[in-house]
Amino acid sequence: MKYRGARIFLEALRCEGIDAVFGYPGGAVLHIYDEIGKCGTELGIKHYLVRHEQAALFAAAGYAQATGKTGVALVTSGPGGTNAVTGITNAFMDSLPIVVFTGQVPTHLIGMDAFQEADLTGMTRSCTKHNYLVKKVEDLAPIVKEAFYVANSGRPGPVLVDLPKDVTAAVTDFNYPEIVDVPSYKPQVYGDPKQIRRAVAAMMKAKRPVLYIGGGAITAGANEEVRLLAEKLNLPTTCTLMGLGGFPASHPLSLGMLGMHGGYWTNMAVNNSDLLISIGARFDDRVTGKLDEFAKDAKIIHVDIDPSNIGKNVKTDIPIVGDARTVTKQLLTELANQLEAGETIADKSEWHQQIADWKEQHPFWFHQDGDIIKPQYVIKELHRLTDGKAVVSADVGQHQMWTAQLYGFDNPRNWLNSGGLGAMGYGFPAGMGAAVARPGETCVAVVGDGGFQMTLMELATIKQYNIPIKVLVINNGFLGMVRQWQEQFYAHNYSQSDIAVQPDFVKLAQAYGVPAFRAEKVSEVTSTLQEALNTPGPALIEMKVAREENVFPIVPAGAALKDMILQ
Amino acid sequence: MRHTISLTVANEYGMLARVAGLFSARGYQIDSLCVAPLLNDELSRMTITTHGNDQIIEQIIKQLEKLVKVYEVHDLTKDAHVERQMVLLTVNAAMGEQRQEVLSLVEIFRAKVVDVSTDAFIIEMTGSAEKVEALIDLLKPIGIRDLVRTGTVAMTRVAAIKARQAKYDEEETFSELTLNEKV
Repeated sequence: MKYRGARIFLEALRCEGIDAVFGYPGGAVLHIYDEIGKCGTELGIKHYLVRHEQAALFAAAGYAQATGKTGVALVTSGPGGTNAVTGITNAFMDSLPIVVFTGQVPTHLIGMDAFQEADLTGMTRSCTKHNYLVKKVEDLAPIVKEAFYVANSGRPGPVLVDLPKDVTAAVTDFNYPEIVDVPSYKPQVYGDPKQIRRAVAAMMKAKRPVLYIGGGAITAGANEEVRLLAEKLNLPTTCTLMGLGGFPASHPLSLGMLGMHGGYWTNMAVNNSDLLISIGARFDDRVTGKLDEFAKDAKIIHVDIDPSNIGKNVKTDIPIVGDARTVTKQLLTELANQLEAGETIADKSEWHQQIADWKEQHPFWFHQDGDIIKPQYVIKELHRLTDGKAVVSADVGQHQMWTAQLYGFDNPRNWLNSGGLGAMGYGFPAGMGAAVARPGETCVAVVGDGGFQMTLMELATIKQYNIPIKVLVINNGFLGMVRQWQEQFYAHNYSQSDIAVQPDFVKLAQAYGVPAFRAEKVSEVTSTLQEALNTPGPALIEMKVAREENVFPIVPAGAALKDMILQ
Repeated sequence: MRHTISLTVANEYGMLARVAGLFSARGYQIDSLCVAPLLNDELSRMTITTHGNDQIIEQIIKQLEKLVKVYEVHDLTKDAHVERQMVLLTVNAAMGEQRQEVLSLVEIFRAKVVDVSTDAFIIEMTGSAEKVEALIDLLKPIGIRDLVRTGTVAMTRVAAIKARQAKYDEEETFSELTLNEKV
């Protein structure tokens, strides 16, 4: 069948099983929008018109993070593409499978400083896993096929495909390739059996081990295997910010989150361990603190599909390159063999007792006294009212850390946030993407008053498509995390962090036609939350919270984990 | 320490920018660089000389391997290999003693005179980086008017390739294993 490029593009998306595209039209992609208007519905592809390209990328990221499926964004050339760059970088840092299609000026105008021209493949080379410029329509289908394959295999990441306007107008036969072969790209799936044996031997012998789970375990769908490994070896298990939900928070072996805002007991356990088993995590600086002081007595086993993560920040004793789920299965098999052969697992009762003592000494704390709402209380109530089962996206800042500490994620893919890039404005559109991806589930975007104002124009989008996302604005009138650092490390000099001049968020949502609720006193929190959660379709809840609450513990930037500030 | 890294990459638009961009984005240095197509002109070979401690070199190699259109990366420094650079020099060569002196250096270094004028030569020489340096040092007092020098190209010695392949075959066999579903 002969089609023009724009139709081939949509047919290719259909072949990839794509049902949602987040995008924004413009001159260079008008052929595509023409086809979306003509046959999008027939091809089963629903286009969501966002109100800013950055939100298209964040929504696609939320869609990907909540499902593991590839998110798709479509934007125009020039400013469309440059507005998308933050979202692309976010997906790159958090290893999210996204394919971004950008318009480009016609091939004969490329390099001529044409209207709305930008060198998008050039600009995004360092923030995409790979990118393509389609130079002729015959290449379009094979490139789209390859783009989806690269984006969602190995260590996933964003892939950009730049589509010149004449390519989408040109006509050719449509044949979607059945298989894709990129000889230069072969991610390693199986772990080296030699290293697997060494790892299991070390795990059986360890007296003070900690299992440390990152986002890679969720990407690989390894949560069941990870739970089995932890249970069979009786391993205290911590998750990174990106790994929350990779191991159930309510599990007796769970230590919660580690790192800069991790629990005291968690960081103490990691720092005093004799064996640290990392699965799908990358020893980020927010996790390790000062590297020289990090888990000094621990042997390190590092399982990662990306070899460049191994040995990048910490010296690894047992490196295992491979897919988190496959390698964990291999570890379980080897463990079963060892047990059958009569090998035994070292006793860890003292270690568990020690960790329990640490936890008793310094649990997470906050004081909910008086009428003023404490933000932590709101998160706890949200957990209670949603039974801990909601899909929760967070923006970036204090509310993000409180949610990470206190919501208690038991399931993977229920926690979405911008972990690596820390991009304010992520929470709301990401939650919107998640709500599109997982209809029928409770989806809540926990945002701060600062970050929300970076992408609040999407209220129009959720209204237009009746996307059932509940936006929970934790409003303290400050850029809270900035203020906290200024309080703790800059002698209370609150320079440019007071944002008390702000719209009435309830009226604002109502202006967009979105039902809105507000709580100003503790006594109103539960009923307001409940009412909003019961409202069908989108809703906004504003919580006026204590202005100067801090996130504890906090490991100051560059300090050792053991030097965390507790209050 | 100085390392010579050889990459086989897709011979396509933007490939050099991807590799060079990776170096600059991560703060690594490119000391010299050579690129040209291979026999199969869908592929190119890049030879990069760089420096850094073991950890940095390991990261450079791993990051290069991660690029989707990079086929192979080898640190040639580890194995026996041959390295060559080429240099073109415009050198003073006035009639008489000076001309003889330059010609004798050309002969000693097995270089070639590729252009002659009344008062200067263009000299071409191929050799290791050290040999090129040595020739430049000796010609400096005579007067180098212009100089152009390629980056290093390098190739692993045949015997070393065989040894590397044997080791590689041994390491790769495990990927064929099927998983025992005892879980």
